[in-house]
Amino acid sequence: MLNATKMPALGIALLLALMLPRIVGAVAVDPPLEDPTLEARAQALFLDLRCLVCQNQSISDSNADLARDLRAIVRERIAAGDSDEEARNFLVDRYGDWVLLQPPVKKETWILWFGPLALLGFAGGLGVGLYRRREAKEAAAQPLDADEKEQLKSLMDDADDA
Amino acid sequence: MISEIGHFALILALAVAALQGTLPLVGAWRGDAGLVGTARPAAIVQFMLVALAFGCLMVAYITSDFSVINVANNSHSAKPLLYKISGVWGNHEGSLLLWILILTFFGAAVAVFGRNLPDAFRARVLAVQALIGIGFLLFVLFTSNPFLRVFPPPMDGSGLNPLLQDPGLAFHPPLLYLGYVGFSTAFSFAIAALIEGRVDPVWGRWVRPWVLGAWCALTGGIALGSWWAYYELGWGGWWFWDPVENASFMPWLAGTALLHSVIVVEKRDALKTWTVLLAILTFSLSLLGTFLVRSGVLTSVHAFATDPARGVFILAFLVAVVGGSLALFAVRAPSLKGGGVFAPISREGFLVLNNLLLAAAVGTVFLGTLYPLFLDAIAGEKVSVGPPYFERTFVPLMVPLVLLMAVGPLLKWKRSDLAGIAGRLKAAALGAALAVLAAVYWVDAYSALAFAGIALAGWLLVGAAAIVVERAKFRPGQVGQSIVRLARTPWATWGTTVAHLGMAIMILGVTASETWQVEKLQVMRPGESVQVGAYQFTFEGTVLEDGANYASERGTFQVSRDGKPFVILEPEQRRYPVPPMTTTEAAIHPMISGDLYAVVGDPNGDGGWSTRIYFKPLVSWIWGGALIMMLGGMLSLVDRRHRVGAPSRARARKTRVAEGAA
Amino acid sequence: MPFRHLLPFILFVVVAAALGVGLTLKPKDIPSALIDQPIPEFQLPPLEGKDNGLESDHLRTGDVHVVNVFASWCLPCKAEHPFLMELAKSGKAKLSGINYKDKPKNIAKWLDDLGDPFGRIGADHDGRVSIDWGVYGVPETFIVDGAGRIRMKYLGPLNNSDRTEAFLECLDTISNGGDAC
Repeated sequence: MLNATKMPALGIALLLALMLPRIVGAVAVDPPLEDPTLEARAQALFLDLRCLVCQNQSISDSNADLARDLRAIVRERIAAGDSDEEARNFLVDRYGDWVLLQPPVKKETWILWFGPLALLGFAGGLGVGLYRRREAKEAAAQPLDADEKEQLKSLMDDADDA
Repeated sequence: MISEIGHFALILALAVAALQGTLPLVGAWRGDAGLVGTARPAAIVQFMLVALAFGCLMVAYITSDFSVINVANNSHSAKPLLYKISGVWGNHEGSLLLWILILTFFGAAVAVFGRNLPDAFRARVLAVQALIGIGFLLFVLFTSNPFLRVFPPPMDGSGLNPLLQDPGLAFHPPLLYLGYVGFSTAFSFAIAALIEGRVDPVWGRWVRPWVLGAWCALTGGIALGSWWAYYELGWGGWWFWDPVENASFMPWLAGTALLHSVIVVEKRDALKTWTVLLAILTFSLSLLGTFLVRSGVLTSVHAFATDPARGVFILAFLVAVVGGSLALFAVRAPSLKGGGVFAPISREGFLVLNNLLLAAAVGTVFLGTLYPLFLDAIAGEKVSVGPPYFERTFVPLMVPLVLLMAVGPLLKWKRSDLAGIAGRLKAAALGAALAVLAAVYWVDAYSALAFAGIALAGWLLVGAAAIVVERAKFRPGQVGQSIVRLARTPWATWGTTVAHLGMAIMILGVTASETWQVEKLQVMRPGESVQVGAYQFTFEGTVLEDGANYASERGTFQVSRDGKPFVILEPEQRRYPVPPMTTTEAAIHPMISGDLYAVVGDPNGDGGWSTRIYFKPLVSWIWGGALIMMLGGMLSLVDRRHRVGAPSRARARKTRVAEGAA
Repeated sequence: MPFRHLLPFILFVVVAAALGVGLTLKPKDIPSALIDQPIPEFQLPPLEGKDNGLESDHLRTGDVHVVNVFASWCLPCKAEHPFLMELAKSGKAKLSGINYKDKPKNIAKWLDDLGDPFGRIGADHDGRVSIDWGVYGVPETFIVDGAGRIRMKYLGPLNNSDRTEAFLECLDTISNGGDAC
């Protein structure tokens, strides 16, 4: 039976078991291009391209057959001298914008790309608005006298805890 | 028989919830103490009934009762006991039952531990919890009933996917739901406050432990999920900005804003409207997440088997709950009279900034997650939004947030000045500089962005530590007094320090593992070695084996450090026949300084194999940091003032002194 | 009531409406990027033991062609097979097939057992030609008009009456020189 003394040992054993080298499902690995610069470019492109038969993975991460084929295609195009843009477009021509994990900036995606900035601006505006209203209220409050200031100080010091 | 008991218990629970959702509200409105008094026992009974139902389902799984359709679909007699148990919530119907269990658990908890709440108020809170419960119980009983039977029962179940038999997966949902669903209490408190038309510091004090508890659990749940994805699924990453991940992250962001906002309500009687709105928003995001995962509206690796009919039900529920609460907010918010005034440079001022940044962050994640749906709905066009988008929009928002995080807690309430804390800020800046210098010394790849991340972490590290160091008021020769001062520091202050420290550690982990990862991809022959960081990996070839339903090719790497053997890694490639599929299983060796990570690929036909080897520095600090954040939250929770609502000893003493003097 | 307090409610209504519409959509169905584009240039060898391979020229004869991408290891392909047999018999269009990543023995047996509705079959062993067609799963079916342009693409099996009716309607429209489906 598990008792108080055995529990910590069990816990530690569990923790250790979880830390052993393990076999896990993984990233994809296929033969790299000879030229390391080209291979690096290909790897960077993989992260931008969607695995179309997976749920929300890039072709870099996926084991799927189609992902392997797409990686091979990207490598071929890079090795054949295409620029990053051209290699991407090769796939976009066949699969549409959907294959890009980062949507292109066009009028349909302005809200998406400029939204966060707008949100931040809106939040900032709210903050300024709040401050202005507080200022108005503050102006209306009456000043304290010496006694009240003392009381206030001691209360404030105490209340400075989290 | 057991299954029928469970089914019946659920129906009874629905009946109790119906009473609990209406009688107390009527009673509170009419001032009828009898009706008000029904809330507490109803909440406790409701929880016990749902627990009974949950227990019955668990018994069905443990005994492998395949006449129950849910068990037949998701379990198997050959499953180890642990996974039979965790299989209860590893499917749509069972996980919904877990959702309701935790919802009613929190209702019962408020009933039992909320003794310091006024009766009418508590009754309203419990009523709102029950109303939420009614929706989910109806959903389960009418569309997702786990107790349905099939006759004749199949010989064995069909749920034996080995990928799903994993301890991390077993415990991730309960912890996540404790957080997710836990925010329902804050929601109920907010609605009750809106109904009464009053939010005051006492409300802030009541609600804060519930917010803290849910926040801790959600932090832990998300961290566990991420940890599991990295170590168990081994997809090489730990966060994919997948819609379902975002669905749990948005309530976390909103919940963090709520947590900080509640402090201001409690301390300064300010930011009431904002706090109430955040409480509604956080739980609404939880409900939205539940909708997204189960309706098929977004594609995701995590999504349950989807069914638009279920989606319609959840959406209707969402509209009723969220729409109703926001409408109530619109009507009642003006009656929440604002309180304390404060200057922009003050703790409140910085907390407001913190909230604004977090709100912008929630909005950004929301936009990125739902934009494909919006565009499809409006323009019929398909775009996809993946990690690159989120990295470019979310991360920049975090920078000002972390900068403020170190400064805010050092400021005084109401009115403060940066000059007063200049000493501590200088120390923080020094911390940032030292961190960058250390990084420059240790790494050989320089990246401005990465060094900025390191600087931020150092800034926050010192800033957080400064909170308690300042209290100690160290003077040479007076160490004893400092220790006493530290011991008298409220738990909540320690909580802030520890939580913010945890964040700094997490930032270090993220920055280091993303930027200074060493990766080598090459073809290796048996006997060949490759140097990855300080480690030498020697490939020893592969052996072929047969697994349960796959053929496996297992490679072996001897890893040595400084010439001495260190560890052996054995990654695999598995080939499944139908449909033809190959998976690569990585081998990971975790260490505090970083992880060693090896993958073996296809043979190249020439005696060599493709191999991919990583050293990921400080990657485990990501989850270590998250764990420390959670610890910080728990320290705050321990604070007596939050648990019991009793004044601190110092204040009690001052009150006695004041009374004595008067 | 001040507008700022009403704003969250309004925003929520917009979001809920979008989610409602979202329930009626199918996020997994990606429309083809090749609609109204000319077919890709390609040349595929015939299946082992046959002589009727498939090339792009074969699809530019002025007739309406239906191109079906299939494999013996694909279960839904088996489900839609009866419809393809009927289509071939009806003569409404010339039916050609692209055999995706298959083994000669398996596909030979599959066609023997079920019947061969295809006038021509191209063997796409490495799947590259299929990628040129924007294929990402099997089965997929394309309607090519007389001018050699891809006019419509169907994802998944044509195995229930809703889908087959829609397909035949589309085929009719295009055969009669109509524009969209």
